[in-house]
Amino acid sequence: MPAKTLLTVENIDFAIRGNPILQNITFRVASGEIVALIGPNGAGKSTLVRIVLGLLRPHGGRVWLQPGLRIGYMPQRLTVDDTLPLTVQRFVTLGTRVPRERVRAALAEVGAIRVLDSPIQAISGGELQRALLARALLREPDLLVLDEPIQGVDVNGQYELYELIGNLRRNRGCGILMVSHELHLVMAATDHVVCLNRHICCSGHPEHVARDPAYLELFGIEGARTLAIYHHHHNHRHDLHGAVVAERNRDG
Amino acid sequence: MDDFLPRALLGGFGVALTAGPLGTFIVWRRMAYFGDTLAHSGLLGVVLGTALGVDPELGVVATCLAVALALVLLQRQRRLATDTLLGILAHTTLSLGLVALAFLETVRVDLVSYLFGDILSINATDLCWIWGGNLLALGVLAWLWRPLLAATVHEDLAHVEGVPVFPVRLAFMLLIAIVIAVAMKVVGILLITSLLIIPAAAARRFARSPEGMAILASAFGCAAIGLGLWASLRWDTPAGPSVVVAATILFALGSAAPSHWQR
Repeated sequence: MPAKTLLTVENIDFAIRGNPILQNITFRVASGEIVALIGPNGAGKSTLVRIVLGLLRPHGGRVWLQPGLRIGYMPQRLTVDDTLPLTVQRFVTLGTRVPRERVRAALAEVGAIRVLDSPIQAISGGELQRALLARALLREPDLLVLDEPIQGVDVNGQYELYELIGNLRRNRGCGILMVSHELHLVMAATDHVVCLNRHICCSGHPEHVARDPAYLELFGIEGARTLAIYHHHHNHRHDLHGAVVAERNRDG
Repeated sequence: MDDFLPRALLGGFGVALTAGPLGTFIVWRRMAYFGDTLAHSGLLGVVLGTALGVDPELGVVATCLAVALALVLLQRQRRLATDTLLGILAHTTLSLGLVALAFLETVRVDLVSYLFGDILSINATDLCWIWGGNLLALGVLAWLWRPLLAATVHEDLAHVEGVPVFPVRLAFMLLIAIVIAVAMKVVGILLITSLLIIPAAAARRFARSPEGMAILASAFGCAAIGLGLWASLRWDTPAGPSVVVAATILFALGSAAPSHWQR
């Protein structure tokens, strides 16, 4: 099946009170393709996603969507007020009216069938992300837009979730636009990386981006090293007697 | 027995029926203070309606909507936090209402009955307003239910899924304005929010679904009306405040109920 272009973003500019947040952003997403938007906090990733979704109007440039494109969206950080009695099943069907069997099938596809009748507030971060994914899938999307899909998910869950997203692309052939703040997390699952810091610093195949000087500058050598399989971060030091002392904040 | 009591009960039930489901949304959306602000502006609406020679209820609906729109515009400026804006609007409109009232020398407005309600004096015309307004609001709410619920859980997600979020929000504000206008007679401007949020809060522990919570909130509201009126007659206490106290007692009893009754 030849890849169709689902989404084209052309020369997008966006500013808040005269401060440029996004400058001249151009990229595209085709069917069956996973594109990752990466960049540090404040790079404008979420703003760009909101523009793609039509929630914000860009100040320059344009967003082209394939006519009739169905978008499944998985927002960043969703908290449902404790006062709202809502089961996962009800939550998942808030966006589309579907029979119960299809709800079960979608939750089974994302591995969250166990929490079908649980209150949405009582499930874990990973289960919530899966429920959000199921809600997006029930819309039979051509394009999935995932904003920090692994937020609040433990390390094992993160790899499972990326594997799941990779499977979705294979099984359903939909295009996926994914936001992440770290490259090494999305590396294995991604075809194309757009490295963003208000403008596009570099873009291309993940291996290529990881070696790009612009990427190294943005994330630092330290950030680039995290591409290694194992990394750990010291959040404390020891004094001469071996007791833990607080580390001074290196960022100032 | 006089027939003021059946009329009071009928009027109270009419308001409680709609206040239940509408109040659940106010609780879910954390808009209690917003409801309070609209209610505070009600007196200004009464005065304007009276001064212009139209029904006070219409004046209240129009004023509440104007305040809601003013809030939306002020929020867009992002200069002040929403609770600050609400505080400014609530007290300004209440004071404006009181000031404007002083200019209405020719018309006598019973201030206390508007502030705290006068449920025992509900007449047939009031009943028409109450049931007409509430049935209309209930119908619109039922029609809006799904999109409003989706927008309550996550506005952006609902927007992407095709919910016209802004019109739905405006319609919801209109419903609050209508209910405030017709509930004024029952508990008064200063106590209306309690009829919206206390029954909804009481219903939370016993509800498994949004719809269940809405229906339970209506039931708790009606029970509070009945209990409050009975207490008011029994001990000769003011009716509106007695209804609110009854609602709070129901809420407290509900909170103390054994936990296996929950959810």
